[in-house]
This record gives sequence, C-alpha cells and structure tokens, in this order.
Amino acid sequence: MFFKRFSLFVYALLILVPLIIVLLTSVKTLQETFANPLGFPEGGIKFDNYVAIFQEQTMAGYFMNSTVVTLFSVSLTLLFAAMIAFGITRLNNWLGNILFALFTLGMMVPAQVIMVPLYSLVLNIGLTNSLVGLILVNISSTLPIAVFILTGFMKTLPKELFEASTIDGAGNWKMFTKVAIPLSLPSLSATAIFLFVMHWNDLLYPLLFITDNAYKTLPLALLEFRGQYATNYPMLFTGVVIASAPMVVAYVFLQRYFVAGMTAGAVKG
Amino acid sequence: MKTSKTIYLFFIPGLILYSIFFLYPTVSALFYSFTDWDGFSEAFQFVGFNNFERALTGDSIFWKTVGNNLKFMLVVVILQTIVALAFAMIVLKNTKTTVFLRALYFFPTILSSVSVAFIWSFIYDPSLGILNQLLELAGLDFLAQNWLGNANIAIYSLAITQIWFHAGQMLIVFVAGLQAIPQEMYEVAKIEGASKWQTFRSVTWPLLAPSATIVVAYTTIQSFKAFDLVFAMTGGGPNNSTEIIATYIYEVAFRSYQFGYASSISVIFMIIIAFITFLQFKALRSDRVSY
Repeated sequence: MFFKRFSLFVYALLILVPLIIVLLTSVKTLQETFANPLGFPEGGIKFDNYVAIFQEQTMAGYFMNSTVVTLFSVSLTLLFAAMIAFGITRLNNWLGNILFALFTLGMMVPAQVIMVPLYSLVLNIGLTNSLVGLILVNISSTLPIAVFILTGFMKTLPKELFEASTIDGAGNWKMFTKVAIPLSLPSLSATAIFLFVMHWNDLLYPLLFITDNAYKTLPLALLEFRGQYATNYPMLFTGVVIASAPMVVAYVFLQRYFVAGMTAGAVKG
Repeated sequence: MKTSKTIYLFFIPGLILYSIFFLYPTVSALFYSFTDWDGFSEAFQFVGFNNFERALTGDSIFWKTVGNNLKFMLVVVILQTIVALAFAMIVLKNTKTTVFLRALYFFPTILSSVSVAFIWSFIYDPSLGILNQLLELAGLDFLAQNWLGNANIAIYSLAITQIWFHAGQMLIVFVAGLQAIPQEMYEVAKIEGASKWQTFRSVTWPLLAPSATIVVAYTTIQSFKAFDLVFAMTGGGPNNSTEIIATYIYEVAFRSYQFGYASSISVIFMIIIAFITFLQFKALRSDRVSY
C-alpha cells in the first residue's frame, strides 16, 4: 500500500516539477536563472520576460496565425469528415466500403513519408507562405482519422431514424444537418478536441511550408526562438507558457472531454 | 431503401483535398524514388533501383538511423507500456484522487513537441539542469552527464522524454481496458486461491490483450513518427546519434537537396512500418483468449 502511494506521488512529481520549473523560470531574469536555476526568483516575481517577448517578437501575430489555422483546420476537417462518414453510412454498400478503406489508408502513412513530394506540390501551386496552404494540408492530413472515428460512430446510429426522415421528405442534406449531426455530437466533440490538440501543436507542416515571419504559427516561431535566445531559458519558457496557455486553460475546464477525445484518437489512430 | 444520388456530393470536398494533398504525393513519392531529382530542376533521370541500392548497401548513415530508430522504439515501447500498465492498475478505481492523478499524468499529451523539447533540454542541461543537480545532491556525481551531448546516450535521453510525453495517454487506454474486465473474473480467481501474479497472468493479461495490442501498435508507430521531438531537441545530433529515419529524410531532402534519394528512403520507411505493424498484430492476436 505504501509502495503504491509512494509511486503515485513520485510520478505526480515527475509531471509537476518540470511544469513548475517552466512557470518559475519564465518570471525570473537570466542572471537569477544562472545563479539558482531551480529556486524561486530572488528579486521577486517579474513579468518582464512576457513584456519583452511581445516587444521583441511578433507574438500577437504568431498567436493569431495559430488561432486562424487551428480554427479553420478543425472545423473544416470535422465538416468534410462528417459528410464523408454520413455518405459511407448511407451508401452502406461495396462502394462505401472502398471509400472507407481509401480514406483510412491515410492513417497508415505517416506524414513524414510524403513530406518530400508534398513540399514540391505545395511549392508548385504557390501555397508556401500561406495560411490557406497550411489549412488545406492540415485538413487532408487529419481527414482519415476523423472519417474513421465518425464513420464508426454513425454506423451505430439506428437506421430507422434516417428512414423516418426520408418519409417526411427530407433530402440528404437535411437528413445530414437535422439527424446525423445532432445525434453524432458526442463523437464530433471528442474528434474536435483531438484535432484541436493536433493542429495547435503541429510543427512539421509550418516547418516545411512557412519561411516568412508573417505566416509562422506558434510551434515554428518557438523553435526559432532558440536560434535567437540560445540557452536564455527564461525567454524560451515564456514562449512555452504563451504557446501552451490556450490548450492548458481548455484542458482545465474540459478535462474529461480531452481525455476521451485524445484517447479515441489514440485508439483509433 | 434507395438513397438519393445526391449522396455522392457528400464525398466531393473531402475527396478532392485528400486526392491532391495525400494520394497524389503518396504516388509521386513512389515515382520520385526511382529518379535522381534534386527537387527544383525541370530535368531528372530515371535511375532504376539505384537509390534503394545506395540506401541499403552504400549509406552507413541510413543504417545508423534505422538502428537509432529501433533503439528508440524498443526503449519507448517496453518502458512506456510497463509504466502505463503498472500505474493504470493503481489508479483503476474511480475516486476523486485517482481521477485527479489520471488527469495530471495525462497532462503532457496536450503540450506541443517543441515545448516538451525545451523543457527537457533544460532538465538535461549539463550545468543548469535539474537532473545533474539531483544526482549531485544524492552524491552520485559520477553519473552526471551531458545527457543530450553524449553520442552514446542521447537517443535514450530522448526516449525518456518521449515516455514522459505520452505514457499518460496510454495509461488512460489501459484504464479503459481494465475497467471493462468483469469483476466476477477476479472473484472466481480469489475463491480458487490464485496468487496476485497468477491472477494477473491468467485473468488480467489475456483479457487486456486488445488494449495491449492497441497500446503497443500505437506506441511503435508514434516512436517512428517522433520527428517533431527529435528535430526540436537534438536535430539528429550529436554526430547523427539521434537521427531517426524521419529526421534523416528531412536532412537528405531539405539540407542536401536529394529529393529522389529522400523519396526512396521514405518508401523504405513505409515498408518498415507496414511490416512491424503486421508482425505485432499477428503476435498479439495469437495471444488472445476469449472466455
């Protein structure tokens, strides 16, 4: 019993201590960090790094880019995936199965495998240094997993519900918006959270396609801070806190949904 | 019942994007793997299987990256699965404390790889880092290391970071799997006087096999895809000692502009992943029991 409790406590510390260090370091000066890397700031808590990072970097711009890219990528992936899942469920035949297999094939191929030809393609159609380009690539990269999760869910919905609405003269679109979407909300919200985390944190695609500061998202900007600040950890960690803040706040309030969503993504992915 | 033809319209937006940005690049990766394309010129030549031959017989760095990837994968898959399962068994029952702890253990999963890379670069920092300071405090100075700078251990340091990052997520998968095991199975085992280990071996483990399959398969794939973390933490260094296949593809394509060669490494990468996934499903499936 003691051993179990002790292990739980140690694991909790292993998670908490690094996070506390990040927060503490972000309110220290560089000198304080060198003098005492792990303790409390001797001169008291200062938010100078936060002020400095907004002055030295186009932080607001990176934040905005990440927000725009994430919101559009998540909502469009969800919409298109839900439409496809609905289509597969309604077709319910060999063609539906082939389409399902075609889309889920994408889950087997890691993004890194196609990064070379994908880069040439995006370059050729002039979508490098463009948020639109980033959004389009994001959608196609997470479409497979979203289709997989949503189709699995929609297939469990009772067919009679769809059939009853056909008798009422509802067309496919109406059936989709009035029956399929409302009934799939639990699955849609879990998928949405999974997609939010994926797109907000993604590094690979911005790294491949964005070189202009005006279009950089937070993870890429953060990575490049190291070129500028080297081992100035107070500034790096200030960046980490700002970049993680939206996800952390959302996690605190929507914990249960996060766990469900991220696990669905893992289990199905 | 007949479905109206308009149902086909539902596939159009997704299918168009998916074809352009996934199917086309996948097929062209295959195509370019047989060429000497540099990524920019109009002209390139077909070189048959030369690229593959070069990777498999002439490129020592390629084999080094395969080795690194296997080391990283083995450490992560084995340790992470053990940690996740052991802790899942402790926080199995739903109480206020366990729900809180599960949420805490899960927390790193929502961070970006770049953030995790910075946090752990600081932990591993030879002079500022908490790890060496703790070792000093414990009187174990001789164990203090340049954790990311020492080519012999850097890949394992990365593996530990990956486990910190994702064990919580796998723990949750195990909790779900364990909670689905009917309580009566344990009562029977108790009545029959089974020891803790016997109970685990003949009740928990066989019934947990589906979750274990998922965890092991997912962790394996994830350890091959750990591009972001490796790229942000060590960039493949020192001396290629943490270069994994994914970061090597990036190097070959975007630092030395050998798109054709990078494409053939991508194709080999895909075959390796398909093969490992296949093996694991086979191995874990045969282990499966139903009561």
